[in-house]
Amino acid sequence: MPDSIITAEMQSLVGHEVDEGVAEVTTTSCRLFARAVGHTDPIFFDDAVARARGYRGVVAPPGYLGTPVGDPGVRSKIPVPTSIAGLRLPYRRTLDGGTAYEYLEPVVAGDVIASRSKITRYEERVGSIGPMLITYHETSYTRQDGTLVARMYGHIIHY
Amino acid sequence: MTLTTQQVYFDDVHEGDEIPLLRKACTLQQLVMWAGASGDFYQIHFDPDFARGVGLDGVIVHGGLKHAFLGQLLHEWIAPGGSIRRFGCQFRGMDYPNQELLCRGVVTRTYEEHGQALVDLDVWIENSAGVRTTPGSATVVLPRR
Repeated sequence: MPDSIITAEMQSLVGHEVDEGVAEVTTTSCRLFARAVGHTDPIFFDDAVARARGYRGVVAPPGYLGTPVGDPGVRSKIPVPTSIAGLRLPYRRTLDGGTAYEYLEPVVAGDVIASRSKITRYEERVGSIGPMLITYHETSYTRQDGTLVARMYGHIIHY
Repeated sequence: MTLTTQQVYFDDVHEGDEIPLLRKACTLQQLVMWAGASGDFYQIHFDPDFARGVGLDGVIVHGGLKHAFLGQLLHEWIAPGGSIRRFGCQFRGMDYPNQELLCRGVVTRTYEEHGQALVDLDVWIENSAGVRTTPGSATVVLPRR
């Protein structure tokens, strides 16, 4: 096992919440997302159908919240939470290790969602691709009326 | 719009049931559509030279898209009356465009909690060689009859 690359500064970031910005969920972005995935349910495209099925508007498809659409910051690499993007690491490559959502309320076009992320822990490991740092993170999503609508748990692998 | 499937009810679901398979054959065009829709413009997902330059065999499918495919698998099973409570997956293996991806799920538990009828599932994507590149799990709420 190589020496740990986790610095005191990195350790101090654990549990520290970072503002990830506020984004409006729009009808067009829901449709784009649904079309790219291949969804055919009209609740992701048609406002009238969505309302007839009991939603407040066009529904954001599963996974929508993890995407950085609307973020004016240029992100040419994997979309990682700001808290992780700021880490100075000796590894060049990044992989998204996985992601899980907990959905508390439907998210629909017109919602304005504030996201806050934090690093929850690090893990160092030597795997088939060599030494790696796994950074576990968590993001909360809150609607403009203050309702927590979802949480996301993920881990990013640097190697 | 093909989503006219019959509602699945909690009463009819049992541990071990396999849910209907979703087949996705991801083209490079779809990866480009996903890049635009998601805002993930990392070049390993559309630029073969860039992908090889960082040691990959070629362009790979976005993890976020595979996650969203599993979301579609679940949605099509539970719609219109069910809802996804939780779902997630791990990106264990890489997948490449123009290969068929099979999105699958099996019921692991049915139970009630706070008056809601819940179903836990294992969900995953396997490639044409049968390798589960993207294993995950989910909890959904289903209506009762």
